[in-house]
Amino acid sequence: MKNIIKKLLISVAALIFSINVFAATEQSLLVANNNPHDVESLQRGARNFMNYCSGCHSAEYVRYEVIASDLGLSDQQVKEYLMFNAQQTFETINTSMLEVDAAGWFGQAPPDLSLMARAKGTDYIYTFLKSFYIDKSSPTGVDNVVLAGTSMPNVLWELQGHQVNLEEDGINHLELEIQGKMSPEEFDFFLRDTVNFLEYMSEPIRNARRALGIKVLFFLAFFLSLAYFLKKEIWKDVK
Amino acid sequence: MVNKENKQAESSSKLLDWIDQRFPYTETMKQHITEYYASKNFNIWYVFGVLAMVVLVIQLFTGIFLTMNYKPSAADAFSSVEYIMRDVEWGWLIRYMHSTGASFFFIVVYLHMFRAMLYGSYKKPRELIWIIGMLIFIVLMAEAFAGYLLPWGQMSYWGAQVIISIFGAIPFIGEALVEIIRGDYSISDITLNRFFALHVIALPLALVALIFVHIVALHEVGSNNPDGIEIKEHKDHNGIPIDGVAFHPYHTSKDLVAIIIFLMIFSFVVFFAPDMGGYFLEYANFEKANPTATPEHIVPVWYFTPFYALLRAVPDKLGGAIAMGLAVILPLFLPWLDRAKVKSIRYRGWIYKTALTSFVISFVSLGVLGVLPAEGIYISLARFFGFIYFAFFILMPYYSKIDKTKPVPNRVT
Repeated sequence: MKNIIKKLLISVAALIFSINVFAATEQSLLVANNNPHDVESLQRGARNFMNYCSGCHSAEYVRYEVIASDLGLSDQQVKEYLMFNAQQTFETINTSMLEVDAAGWFGQAPPDLSLMARAKGTDYIYTFLKSFYIDKSSPTGVDNVVLAGTSMPNVLWELQGHQVNLEEDGINHLELEIQGKMSPEEFDFFLRDTVNFLEYMSEPIRNARRALGIKVLFFLAFFLSLAYFLKKEIWKDVK
Repeated sequence: MVNKENKQAESSSKLLDWIDQRFPYTETMKQHITEYYASKNFNIWYVFGVLAMVVLVIQLFTGIFLTMNYKPSAADAFSSVEYIMRDVEWGWLIRYMHSTGASFFFIVVYLHMFRAMLYGSYKKPRELIWIIGMLIFIVLMAEAFAGYLLPWGQMSYWGAQVIISIFGAIPFIGEALVEIIRGDYSISDITLNRFFALHVIALPLALVALIFVHIVALHEVGSNNPDGIEIKEHKDHNGIPIDGVAFHPYHTSKDLVAIIIFLMIFSFVVFFAPDMGGYFLEYANFEKANPTATPEHIVPVWYFTPFYALLRAVPDKLGGAIAMGLAVILPLFLPWLDRAKVKSIRYRGWIYKTALTSFVISFVSLGVLGVLPAEGIYISLARFFGFIYFAFFILMPYYSKIDKTKPVPNRVT
């Protein structure tokens, strides 16, 4: 009998293990390793986002004034350095590109980036932005290892340079052919900041939520000790 | 000073008299709170009923505030959830409490049901409590399913698409039934509106009514205990069960400890892992529903996956739907499937212990398999565990009868 239980337990363990195996078969991603508590990184990320992403991508749920207060910037700074096509800080990040135009140019409108980091994960975006390579058959001149056939051009080519794909036996291998304005290290740093800001935008409340959580848990722990002694006191005459 | 206190006591008792002549306040309080006796030997398995009540209150309370800010339309639903998350004061906390509460509702309800199976709480004289409980479980599944569509994310949309299409497998009326549920030829704004109506009013009303009846039935026969002994059979000269203690202040003070521990675990998830690795809030649901783009893997939320695995384990669509329906309905018959003379697992033989262990392993495994893609070995495994799941119920009248039981003591241990 114990043998059967043992076998069952082993099969359950094998099942749980196989979830990880399943996850591993998807395109392996690089680790973004961004730090959501690093405010300076978030500020740089905001600048990167507004300079390189917001031309095409909106972040329709994110307000400038929220960025300002969360990232320790004044309204004046936000207006000067981040707001390119908005008048008031309570506005959300919208792109000037019309959806009809975008669909005509790219086949589909570039997705909104408010929640992209939560939907896809920071590692995905980090790896995606690093994984463009020259493909002359593509209308944009590039393709991407992470999302094959993407309609997004390599917007960051000026910084990164051009990569080629020395594919071997179906395994992608990207190599930098011509370096851009940044060294590979500088470019990684640039991406990490950008991804950090994308993660921030996907849940601006994240840091506040954690900070409050610690207070709540301390309160409950204190409350628990009172409740425990109350219970002990009340139950002491029960035999 | 003394005089003043007396006067106060007198006037409050006067008020009580006034109420009692018009409403059975004192009588109800005594019957259900201060003079409701439950066994003194309750263990940890006995906290999940009260915890289910706590979650219910959390869901009702947070639900009211979500309803104040949510917009039930295909065009606005997704944005209104983000509006709650970002612009509404404390909206994020209310929303996370509600989404976490949904999963915790199922965690505590599954454990609550397992307790009944451990200690034979569904057996005579508590058959009705169990049946009402099973109805609560079914309504809860409908409530959760309707609620899951409301954020209008990709997984909301496609999960609902898959689950609703199951009804289409029913012969003759299937297609018409699916159209009635959706109110349209595909899931649309209309579906969202009717699911909203079901989620915020119809089903919660049914749920609260059923829970009320569940508790009234429980207080009529009295709670079971880990020994499966009827404490009412041994009363003192005042007519109070010797092994029982009053619900208040004894069980309430004990429950309070359990509630706080529960709230600590609950808060940990709400504040530090609200998406719970994609199981409480699925990643694909952070993308707005897109009827033209099917996600790669459509997976229902974790609490439905054991039944979903059974659905996919059967090659035939109708067969799968029947297997799934049976898996939900079968536990309802436990009071009559179980022929053992004793209630508690403490006095049952090795056969029932093995059967229950295999059942739990199968249920959990089916849950895991429901998340994985239905291919290769996973299908065979789902069939194997599905077989054990059904065998547990169908063979029960036989094995529970021949199982050697131990003598049950007279008094609780």
